[in-house]
Amino acid sequence: MLTKRIIPCIDVDLDDDGNPAVYTGVHFQDLEYTGDPVEMAHAYNEAGADEFVFLDITASADGRETMLSVVEQVADEVFIPLTVGGGIRTVEDIKETLRAGADKVSITTGALERPELINEGARAFGSQCIVISVDARRRFDDEGEHFVDVDGESCWFECTKKGGREGTGIDVVEWAKEAESRGAGELFVNSIDADGTKDGYDIPLTKAVCDAVSTPVIASSGCGGPEDMYEVFTDAGADAGLAASIFHFGEYSIEETKSYLDERDIPVRL
Amino acid sequence: MESTAVSEQELASVAIVDYGLGNLRSVTRGLERAGASVEITEDPAEFRAADGVVLPGVGAFREGVENADPLREDLLAVADRGQPLFGICLGMQMLLTTSEEAETAGDASVTGLDLIPGTNVRFAEGQKVPHMGWNELAVERDHPLVEGIDGEHAYFVHSYYAVPDDESATVATTDYDRRFPSIVANEAGNVFGTQFHPEKSGETGLQILRNFVEICADAE
Repeated sequence: MLTKRIIPCIDVDLDDDGNPAVYTGVHFQDLEYTGDPVEMAHAYNEAGADEFVFLDITASADGRETMLSVVEQVADEVFIPLTVGGGIRTVEDIKETLRAGADKVSITTGALERPELINEGARAFGSQCIVISVDARRRFDDEGEHFVDVDGESCWFECTKKGGREGTGIDVVEWAKEAESRGAGELFVNSIDADGTKDGYDIPLTKAVCDAVSTPVIASSGCGGPEDMYEVFTDAGADAGLAASIFHFGEYSIEETKSYLDERDIPVRL
Repeated sequence: MESTAVSEQELASVAIVDYGLGNLRSVTRGLERAGASVEITEDPAEFRAADGVVLPGVGAFREGVENADPLREDLLAVADRGQPLFGICLGMQMLLTTSEEAETAGDASVTGLDLIPGTNVRFAEGQKVPHMGWNELAVERDHPLVEGIDGEHAYFVHSYYAVPDDESATVATTDYDRRFPSIVANEAGNVFGTQFHPEKSGETGLQILRNFVEICADAE
């Protein structure tokens, strides 16, 4: 049986000396230094991570170079899938990232601004390596297309750009369907509202996306512990659960998370 | 098995067939870790010189077959000489005869290498496709490639799966709503493939790559 994937997310920035460093934040802000990305990747691999997501949060040319060298170092020694995102806007960016050893690229703003990038990437490298990432934000007005009930209020989810700093007016559910039809092989669903809160994933958001598409969905943002993973797998239908701070700060290990899920009959790779 | 000890010895030489597809970095590093010296090449003379040949691949069947077409006779010669030929993911599907994927693309005439007669079919409607993630291997019969393996998880990404005409070609199966062949091999045993990516399947994948390198070393 296909297992649910547990994925640590590693946000890579440059420290004051220009070296790669992992940072963890709340609501996509207030970042705190957490460690060395390559060392963390090794430790998580030993601990049984099913995959890694690396995000370049520098959004600078220097950051990009550094990121590719981190990816090379990890890919050469850790034999599990790597997804790399941050600042990918062209087919050339995708190619460069895959060549460094990534198996998949995660694209957010680049695809919203030019949706054809999804078709071009899928055609050149296969759908399996094109992950479309959304940074969703709840909106309680009538400007969306797909509404769900959240605590008695009608809510829709808007795609944002630039780490949540800019709205787009695009409905996440519509965008997810479009991304799938253009050739996205996986969807990565972040929530600006839930990010870093540890109050649990945005279940209505994740469920709305899972119900709308047949490609695998990675739930992200808000995980505070194994019970949140359980909830997003059972109540929302996610295929993978991503977490950063609970793992980085050692609150829960990947082993603990997996055995919690295993005891509750969620299939995991032990 | 100590992977580090093995890798220092370079037990066998492996040629990875370069037919213009994708990222060969991980499979190269994985094979090196498993003790092989690796050459990425499109030169048939290098296939002949190597102890074993890997046919990698991601993407679509038709593109794969067409890209590899100039090397078709050379790959058939590898199999014919009894050299180990290991297809990975799309590379495994290309060992079979046909694929529904080529038909939906409007060209049923594209044929694979036909080294393991059979067809590649698409997962049913209503299933999440691609089948992406870690799934379990159930070994159905002996083959040196699965030495020390049974019940472990491997990493899959695919929308089509192989159905060999002869059931005995199936070495291992995996359950994704239905049981499908996840490792296949020909009758002689020197041509085989995995639907999953051993180079992305952690320790289980490395064990399979070590087994492959041993097969290559024994074939010398």
